[in-house]
Amino acid sequence: MSATSIFEFANPVRFERIAARAFPLALIAALVSAAIGLYFALFNSPADYQQGETVRIMYVHVPAAWMALFCYSAMAVSSAAGFIWKHPLADVAAKESAPIGAAFTFLALFTGSLWGKPMWGAWWAWDARLTSVLILFFLYLGYMALWRAVPDKTRAAKLAAILAIVGFVNIPIIKFSVDWWNSLHQPASILRADGPSVHPAMLTPLFLLIGAYSFAYIALLLSAMRNELIARRLARYELASGEAPARVVER
Amino acid sequence: MNALLAIIARDIRLAFRAGGGALQAVSFFALTIVLFALAVGPNLELMSEIAAPVLWTAALLATLISLEQIYRADREDGSLDVLVETSSLLALTALAKATAHWISTGLLLTAATPVLALLLNIEGAALWPLILSLLIGAPGLSLIGSFAAALTAALPRAGLLIAIIVSPLYAPILIFGAGAASAGAAGDPQYSANLALLGASSLFAAIFSPLASAAALRFNLD
Amino acid sequence: MSDAAQFNVTLTARDLAVSRGGRVIVDGVNLVVGPGEAAVLRGPNGAGKTTLLRALAGLLAPASGEITVSAEDARIYCGVLNGGKPTLTVTENLRFWAALYGASFGPARAAFGLEPVEDRPMRELSTGYQRRLGLARLVVSGRAVWIVDEPTAGLDAASTTAFECLLAEHRARGGAAILATHEPLDAPGARTLELEQ
Repeated sequence: MSATSIFEFANPVRFERIAARAFPLALIAALVSAAIGLYFALFNSPADYQQGETVRIMYVHVPAAWMALFCYSAMAVSSAAGFIWKHPLADVAAKESAPIGAAFTFLALFTGSLWGKPMWGAWWAWDARLTSVLILFFLYLGYMALWRAVPDKTRAAKLAAILAIVGFVNIPIIKFSVDWWNSLHQPASILRADGPSVHPAMLTPLFLLIGAYSFAYIALLLSAMRNELIARRLARYELASGEAPARVVER
Repeated sequence: MNALLAIIARDIRLAFRAGGGALQAVSFFALTIVLFALAVGPNLELMSEIAAPVLWTAALLATLISLEQIYRADREDGSLDVLVETSSLLALTALAKATAHWISTGLLLTAATPVLALLLNIEGAALWPLILSLLIGAPGLSLIGSFAAALTAALPRAGLLIAIIVSPLYAPILIFGAGAASAGAAGDPQYSANLALLGASSLFAAIFSPLASAAALRFNLD
Repeated sequence: MSDAAQFNVTLTARDLAVSRGGRVIVDGVNLVVGPGEAAVLRGPNGAGKTTLLRALAGLLAPASGEITVSAEDARIYCGVLNGGKPTLTVTENLRFWAALYGASFGPARAAFGLEPVEDRPMRELSTGYQRRLGLARLVVSGRAVWIVDEPTAGLDAASTTAFECLLAEHRARGGAAILATHEPLDAPGARTLELEQ
């Protein structure tokens, strides 16, 4: 075995040990903060003076939108780390962040649409922020589709990393262009630019749920990464049982 | 420099040879506009109102379908190896490839626009903003698109994948491009701001897309 | 111009390992090919000859180890694919290569007897002629180290001999060559390297 493959094995083994302990902790933290957060969100926070009870959708929507961006950032940072330092776990973290991030993005879109119905009287009103999140969702789809399409996983990791970094660099530009597009076509925004005014009592459940989502992300990521590493070890085992590397013999 | 010009000349020549994509892209461009018109109905007033966005969308789609061949053909016949081994800086080679794609697709679509604009009831003064916006924005489409083509160079059927990858990245150019064309036609003061932002987007793509394409190509050589 | 040139380039590989699909397939390669030398790589299908050649040509990053070439832009790789465009004519392909390598293509066209088909698109040529066009790029390039995968596959006896003569000429001028082949190849003084599991 060459030096590189030993390196590829060494870190995942330590990761497996740490992940096995961290996973249940993250899961418990997510469930507890979600339970307390939802209690505050549903029973122990004021209704909005304009939006009434529907404002409570915010507590699931805003953290989801926040996580949508956070997961993409995590994906891009892991990709850059995998690309620059060739750290084997970084590629796995990037790959497994994508479906979790896409799920959060979908949740943000879904709850945003639910929230929009009572506010705008339509499920979808091409609000600037929702539209940006929709484009972000397509960025996730492209990233995941590239991973699936490239059969050689070492190559897929490199190419997907480049795409994640390019996508990340473009997010502010896309965001700016959509805001611009929205202001161009709808001078009077339906939703106030700063969103619903936030009562201090609303902050407690909001932060609790952001915490719950973050812990859920960590738990899901750890478990997905463990699965992926096991699958890779299995694939490598099958490969290794084939043939040893060839050597050059001079005649 | 000679080598880069040779690459541009070769790719343009290939685009117009049998099996090259240039004429297909223009035909697709025209067909999309006709299909839009059939869907909207023969309402000239409505048509001239949506003409700029329709033309821009059609140009974007026509560019999209022509992207797949940029690098895949070179990889399949071995000429990608030749380009890599003779290139002093792979990003410059990628810039040359994107330039050739723009000339054989984007510029051709821009040239066909005055004729197709007639079908959509765009009159004299409204035509210039449209053409100017395509001249500034179409290079950006080719540059960003060639990056997606570089990413997928080793994949046999990448057309749909390229569309998924590239569409979100095209959003700013479509917004500023169609925005400029519409604003210009309406005499809106936002016209020049849109054009400036469109130019900035294309310039940004000109700087970063060749670098990203070169990085992607390196991993598609085996 | 390239006729008069004397080459003086050495390619060295140290502890080279190459991988394909995430697996190391060739390991522990130590190789020095200097002016006038040739190495012929042999081995069963799938042993990793092509991957090794592409790494030696600088097209693939090695999994470990290093490759040094004593001059820049000295290597030329000619794979199983000929690297020409099917819809361009023989002359158009040669002219394009000449522009890329900064050289002339006349001698190469003559050396491979391509004049009779010079105005025909590459895709209309027989396999043998297509290969001859592909190999002509070696001569067009004027580069010192030829790295060629299956040079004579699809060539008739006369063309194979013609290639062997050009190879001898190239080495006589101080050129080096690394070739992978399954077929008998007359290359006097060439070392044979066997890829073994």
